[in-house]
Amino acid sequence: MSHRSLADLSHRIRRRIVDLTHQAKRSHVGSCLSLTEILAILYGQVLRISPASVDDPHRDRFILSKGHACAALYAVLVEEGFLPEERLEGFYANGGTLAGHATHHGVPGIEVSTGSLGHGLSLATGMALAGQRDEHDYRVFCVLSDGECDEGSIWEAVLFAGHHHLDNLTVIVDYNKIQSLGRVDEVMRLEPFAGKWRAFGWGVTECDGHNVAALSEAFSSLPMETGRPNCLIAHTIKGHGVSFMEDDLLWHYRTPQGSEYEAAIRELDAA
Amino acid sequence: MRTAFIETLAELAAEDSNVTLVVGDLGFGVVQEFARRFPRQFVNAGVAEQNMTSLAAGLALCGKRVYTYSIANFPTLRCLEQIRNDICYHNADVTVVAVGGGFAYGALGMTHHATEDLAVLRAMPNITVVAPGDPLETDGLVRALAGQSGPAYLRLGRAGEETIHTGDVPVELGRALTVRPGNDLTLISTGGMLGVAVKVSDALKSRGLGIRVLSLHTLKPFDEQAVIKAARETRNILTLEEHSIIGGLGGATAEVLCEASLGGVHFRRLGVPSRFCSEIGDQNHLRAFHGLSVDGVTRAVLALLAGDRTSAESPACHQSTFPSPDDLDELDRRNAA
Repeated sequence: MSHRSLADLSHRIRRRIVDLTHQAKRSHVGSCLSLTEILAILYGQVLRISPASVDDPHRDRFILSKGHACAALYAVLVEEGFLPEERLEGFYANGGTLAGHATHHGVPGIEVSTGSLGHGLSLATGMALAGQRDEHDYRVFCVLSDGECDEGSIWEAVLFAGHHHLDNLTVIVDYNKIQSLGRVDEVMRLEPFAGKWRAFGWGVTECDGHNVAALSEAFSSLPMETGRPNCLIAHTIKGHGVSFMEDDLLWHYRTPQGSEYEAAIRELDAA
Repeated sequence: MRTAFIETLAELAAEDSNVTLVVGDLGFGVVQEFARRFPRQFVNAGVAEQNMTSLAAGLALCGKRVYTYSIANFPTLRCLEQIRNDICYHNADVTVVAVGGGFAYGALGMTHHATEDLAVLRAMPNITVVAPGDPLETDGLVRALAGQSGPAYLRLGRAGEETIHTGDVPVELGRALTVRPGNDLTLISTGGMLGVAVKVSDALKSRGLGIRVLSLHTLKPFDEQAVIKAARETRNILTLEEHSIIGGLGGATAEVLCEASLGGVHFRRLGVPSRFCSEIGDQNHLRAFHGLSVDGVTRAVLALLAGDRTSAESPACHQSTFPSPDDLDELDRRNAA
């Protein structure tokens, strides 16, 4: 997919995120907007998976470990034809069809349910180990949030994957620098972040997580480093794309309504 | 039981290359032979039970038939949310195996007493929960679990338990085994307490009492019919478990009996009260301390038959002084044997 097409896909995902959080009056909109280009590059360029191959044992596996950003995932699944658009009407609704955290139950294209942080990477590691043992050529991709890296279980999995040289496993950290109660640097410092992954035996690449050309380049050759699992630290901005939401903790919780919703859509469409 | 488990698992692994054993860096002298024979079907996840458990779910979702293995509370309570979300919700084909149920690691202290596991795991949807009573039940249950797919919890004692059953044991998931007949009282046992239950029954037979013994090896799904039948036929029910009296065998039996609305049934739970055990000693010592020795259970049986509803307060664990002379005699006899 061309950079232009990836940017267009990102725009459509972003617009759906704003619509979904507006419609449901439920948020994590900022966490979804920081993730948008990452999902666009994965689904638009990287993942060997299609609506017809969701049960194919040779498909690539994708796990959104930051399950609270499910609106972004549902959006890309609609854009890529995994989910009919009407399903979005059931997002967060009573008696609806799409839960407020990523769920595999009845949702084609979602491998596993997430929502409690710190589970997804271990699940991904198990899938990667099975692929390595069975000499399958599928790859496993897992998106983590930065706040999620406070969880001890993340580092158990990082240690394991490094020890077993799981180079079919790629982690993307959506490093938007804000977690639930404040800035990552103030709540629980992760830096030197890249150094931690390297020390555990991982290859590390860093890039601007909103620049589709930079993301495309990072994924141009997989594994990013051979013989080891790889981590792409994607530097992102919480709420990216809607100026008044950017880099603001408030939009972890607040939903766009009324004039704020209209302003957000206007800004996205003008971009 | 531990030996029966690993031997049966090795047979299953030889037949099916997807059978995979994932250990949490425990099992010295138990798992090495399996690892040597089946290197591609063995994973040591290190001392990291959360990762071990979710990793197992990930393996299972890619077609593996996975067994996680550790001791005491490490493969269960330490990683409980991973069992709930990643194994049970995804209906992943993972059997969680804990060695050292109850007080098997008694003298190692409170951290190694697995006395709430059955209650906690039984509350999870999708899971089968089993606690075999002897090595033959262990073999049968491991094979029965292999015959189905999905989450399971296998609670084992340790190595060297005596074999209670003789001949072929018709082990069936969710179906209690009648190990001794009798119509005066039913002792329902789960896990390694089966040996005590049988000894109590045999001893009281010479005094003219028919004590039925049920080995209720499957806590979930629960054999409600066997419990109701026993209540109707013997009118006296005593549950026996090396586990908290809350939520395990005793709790499950109480639920069934209460909802069955049977009149005139006398019922008591024998097990561990809801308090931490700081008493120091081996498995037999701690059983006696909690009134779970042959002597303690015999007294509870006689008390229930005599209509004494206060006898559950008699074990040493409820008293300021320990142990009672009877319990000490029992301990001495066992130590000499």
